[in-house]
Amino acid sequence: MTNFIIRRLLIAIPTLIGVSFIVFLSLRLVPGDPARALAGELATPEYIASVRENLGLDQPFFVQYTTYMGRMLQGDMGRSVRSRIPVTEEIRIRLPRTLTLALVSLFFAAAIGIPIGIASATRPNSWLDTGSMIFALLGVSMPIFWLGLMLMAFFAVILPRALGLSGPIFPPTGSGTWQHMVMPVTALAASSMAIQARMTRACMLEVLQQDYIRTARAKGQRESLVIYRHALRNALLPIITIIGLQFGTLLGGAVLTETVFAWPGVGRLLVDAITHRDYPIIQGTVLVIALGFVLTNLIVDILYAYLDPRIQY
Amino acid sequence: MTTSVQLSTSEPEIGESRFTMSPTVRNILRSRMAVLGLIIVSSFLFISAFAPWIAPHDYDLANLSMARQGPSSEYILGNDELGRDMLSRLMHGARISLMLGVISVGIGLAVGVPMGIIAGYFGRLVDNFIMWIIDIMLAFPSILLAILLVAFLGPSLENAIIAIGILSIPIYARLVRSSTISNKEELFVEAARALGAGNFYILRRHIFPNVLAPVIVQSTLQMAVAIQAAAALGFLGLGAPPDVPEWGNMLQKGRNYIFSAPHIVLYPGLATMLAVFGFSLLGDGLRDALDPRLRGSR
Repeated sequence: MTNFIIRRLLIAIPTLIGVSFIVFLSLRLVPGDPARALAGELATPEYIASVRENLGLDQPFFVQYTTYMGRMLQGDMGRSVRSRIPVTEEIRIRLPRTLTLALVSLFFAAAIGIPIGIASATRPNSWLDTGSMIFALLGVSMPIFWLGLMLMAFFAVILPRALGLSGPIFPPTGSGTWQHMVMPVTALAASSMAIQARMTRACMLEVLQQDYIRTARAKGQRESLVIYRHALRNALLPIITIIGLQFGTLLGGAVLTETVFAWPGVGRLLVDAITHRDYPIIQGTVLVIALGFVLTNLIVDILYAYLDPRIQY
Repeated sequence: MTTSVQLSTSEPEIGESRFTMSPTVRNILRSRMAVLGLIIVSSFLFISAFAPWIAPHDYDLANLSMARQGPSSEYILGNDELGRDMLSRLMHGARISLMLGVISVGIGLAVGVPMGIIAGYFGRLVDNFIMWIIDIMLAFPSILLAILLVAFLGPSLENAIIAIGILSIPIYARLVRSSTISNKEELFVEAARALGAGNFYILRRHIFPNVLAPVIVQSTLQMAVAIQAAAALGFLGLGAPPDVPEWGNMLQKGRNYIFSAPHIVLYPGLATMLAVFGFSLLGDGLRDALDPRLRGSR
């Protein structure tokens, strides 16, 4: 097991190097001179030159990359062009908020999606199955941010008006209390819940066809025990993988949700940085989210091998 | 002539009809969900093709006196923030979404399929190198890589299309690689090689046709992904210029009026959802029809 974990960690290293390389290269994609772009429209030639030197853009390519990596390993991702606050500092403040949003969404998505999936798998082709599948497909098809906007209109205008209330039921923007989380979490969890419901259904259906399920039924085992003790336990493995992978997707989706609800997390930071062409912030946030994604996948891989005794490592 | 008419009326089952239908088409028609998908996608294609002729109004004609008006008999879906007809804009938006989907899927195909075939067929170092690149691309949560690319390339419709196309490259590469690996061990490949066929001939003649089915299925599903990603980029202001009636764009503009005129946001979102829904259903149906082993696996 230890060997497997070490090997898996070693495999992740080239991926991480590649990710950092792409993020590093992205600055070279800026049309024209990145130093000029960073310095702004009205900068003097001297200032542009100093920015160029500051960024090390006058150095050879690989020197630039190693300097960049060296700084990053020491936790130095540069400073925001706009606020002059170190990128690491900005991310340190905002990352917990994004993680909270993603984790709470993941919890609700699993807590609702998995039971729906089990219920539809045990009654295939019933109205419940068809209904939840259509619901799930619609959930996946919906743009997250659109669902967010619709929730806002519903809870802040339409429902209060119908009930004769003066203010919104849940605060549409900001953060701080649990009420602030209701709408962003609903918007973010919807598609993840749909995917988990469908995956659970598919896995359960597959497991329910196995010989040991027939054996369990043949020996007179109660159906609920067959479902929960024999089927669910085995179906749970791929479901755990999906939940893990969903976490990464949720981190990406947070970019959209946070924009809609003005949730002060990394996603919002990223979108603001894009609007203001704040390149160090863009690079930093993308790198951190991608890192989180790679690490989650790594943990899922290891967890999977740990949980499934059939996997050889 | 008469006999065939009689036969088809007495046996209304699609599968039993006298028409010679390929098993694929028959399987698609058998699934109600896939038919629904087919209907949605066909209407989407129809509207895209004929938007300038069937749109009730000029999509670009602003009329400030009608700004943010709700649905009326003349403007069935109401007017947007500048008083332009929502329905006409949505119809023209369908064109943009379709073009965007087709081109970006084309980019993914053109790069991803060769990558996958080469990685799967030649294996070893080539495979390791290509899969390394693929793993790096997959290390970014789907939409994030597109955001990064467009943020640096500069926001425009072309760059959004390129970014979305790049997103689908790893998906095709992985898919094609795995079916290439399973196909290259087949006897017909061995036979061709024994007869002296070269690598390129084998790839073109024996491997490529066999990886085509999953690629077609994936492309249908990928259209859904592309339309959704485009809406997201448009919403973040990273897509087409402001006046283009792209659905994501319309969502971004309408966002400011979400409390006073929610219909401006409602319809472009519904249109996006419907198009994505249609392509997903059709893709699922195609997969079931082309590969019965995978039935119900999603």
